[in-house]
Amino acid sequence: MVKSFLEKAYVAIIFIFLYMPIVVLMALSFNASKSKATWGGFTFDWYQKMFSDGLIMDALTNTLTIAFISALVAAVIGTAAAIGIQAMRKRQYNLTMGATNIPLLNADIVTGISLMLLFVKFTELGYHTILLSHITFNIPYVILSVMPKLYGLNKSTYEAALDLGATPFFAFRKTIWPEISPGVFTGFLMALTMSLDDFAITYFNKGVGVDTISTMIYAELRRGIKPEIYALSTLLFVTVLALLLIVNYRSAKNTKS
Amino acid sequence: MKKIFAVVLTIACLFAFTACGSDAETLKIISLGEYMSYDVLEQFTEETGIEIKYEEAPTSEEIYTKYMSGGLDYDLICISDYMIEKLIAAGELAEINFDNVPNVANIKDIYMENSKDFDPENKYSIPYFWGTLGIFYNTEMIDEPITKWADLWQEKYSGKIIMMSSMRDTFAAALAQLGYSINSTDEKELNEALQLLLAQKPLVMAYYVDEAVDEMLLGSAAISMMYSGQAYYTMSLADHDNFAFVVPEEGSNIWIDSYVITNRCDNKEAAEKFLNFINREDIATQLFEEVMYATANELVYDAIEDEELKLEEALFPQDASVDRCDVFKALDDTGMELYSKLWKQLKAE
Repeated sequence: MVKSFLEKAYVAIIFIFLYMPIVVLMALSFNASKSKATWGGFTFDWYQKMFSDGLIMDALTNTLTIAFISALVAAVIGTAAAIGIQAMRKRQYNLTMGATNIPLLNADIVTGISLMLLFVKFTELGYHTILLSHITFNIPYVILSVMPKLYGLNKSTYEAALDLGATPFFAFRKTIWPEISPGVFTGFLMALTMSLDDFAITYFNKGVGVDTISTMIYAELRRGIKPEIYALSTLLFVTVLALLLIVNYRSAKNTKS
Repeated sequence: MKKIFAVVLTIACLFAFTACGSDAETLKIISLGEYMSYDVLEQFTEETGIEIKYEEAPTSEEIYTKYMSGGLDYDLICISDYMIEKLIAAGELAEINFDNVPNVANIKDIYMENSKDFDPENKYSIPYFWGTLGIFYNTEMIDEPITKWADLWQEKYSGKIIMMSSMRDTFAAALAQLGYSINSTDEKELNEALQLLLAQKPLVMAYYVDEAVDEMLLGSAAISMMYSGQAYYTMSLADHDNFAFVVPEEGSNIWIDSYVITNRCDNKEAAEKFLNFINREDIATQLFEEVMYATANELVYDAIEDEELKLEEALFPQDASVDRCDVFKALDDTGMELYSKLWKQLKAE
């Protein structure tokens, strides 16, 4: 009895520490008073102001388009890469997988600065450099989620399709794609979330006047964060949470089947 | 063969990205955070056809680093006084042709005068917003008028005092109280200041920056060092009128955030057009209403109808107070080291 109570209390405490700050932020986004210290009543004003603020809306559009395009491109490149890597011989396979995993573990700031150094050699920093850098760091996530799907794949079906006269692309579409598409989709969603979240890499690769939400909030820290930002963060949190739920739901369903 | 093709394609893609951008008339601006109104930028583009790429950073140090790293060629920078001094010394600024900026006449003389501390001939910078360091207190909890830095050392306010968690500011409070310059780098004077601050430390509730606003609102602190604009902001959040702001009689710091043109700017005329634009009365008024810091524009100030607001020390420290204030000078490396060392001692004790 005591033991089960302690167990529950322990879990409860962990969840309180994890989620309390976010709950506070959400509550503040409905607070009519600008102060963090006092409750001035319930309001939707900040949400309204947020949507009519040009700077915030620009940043939001940038964030969403970059997240979507980069995740899409990364999904295509990542899937192709995963198929290629899977067909490699053991030694090469390990080498390449190691190489693609490094960016996952590498500190964001190192990735960010090195990409920036590369970009300034060729082009001016701007929207497109953010996009390229996001594609770059998103690819490993896609590879990582497509790879396990390829393990279980029976290579013979693909070869049989070729023997029966299918073009390679047609064979891929009919034999491989149906098997790995859940993995690709999971990878896409993961890339989307990573891109939405990123600050460090974006910060170093963004050009003048192009802000994503994270870099905009950072600049605002000087004079304290506006309540509009609480509203925006709340929406963003809900979006990411929804994406995560979808990802988890899908992978749970996949393991069952 | 296929491999070579792939490499060529990749490089071609990179260059394709390079091709876009580089419009004829664009201005790239970097500014301290929350200092601009989106509508003003749009109106400028509408009136002149010049596109603006605008971005913000939280501190002057960061703007300086970003600019110096060389990746981005900003045309205009809005930055604090001591950093302008550093940029001038580094030869990074272009002289403003004031014939193209007639609206500079709208800037009140006293701020141009104060700017001479970092821009000796008023050649490079145009003041934008300004404020002073001072003492912010709750008149409910403190029944006598506060007038001087020494009041922050009174034992009866023990545990209700907030000092600033930034070394220049907190040392300025001690240095001014001792009658020394707030820009002193003399080791003996600074050590005396440290002793004074150490003596005060048991009375201090905490060394804060932004949190001071909330602690004052909650009433858990009674008296705090604060900047004027921040003090006004706190007042505007409060549901009572029991707050007051004072610039101590021993003297204090005035900060001026100004616009400068960099020497990487390849369209100075457009940059000067922008400077002229933001100093035009209607635009400066719009900016003031959005930012709610003390504007350097005299016409805007004079046009404010609310007499009380004009006299509100927390927003517009009055000329008599400003006369007591000095601009922070940039520290050289040895000065910086000395300050950091003493600051650590204060925090560690």
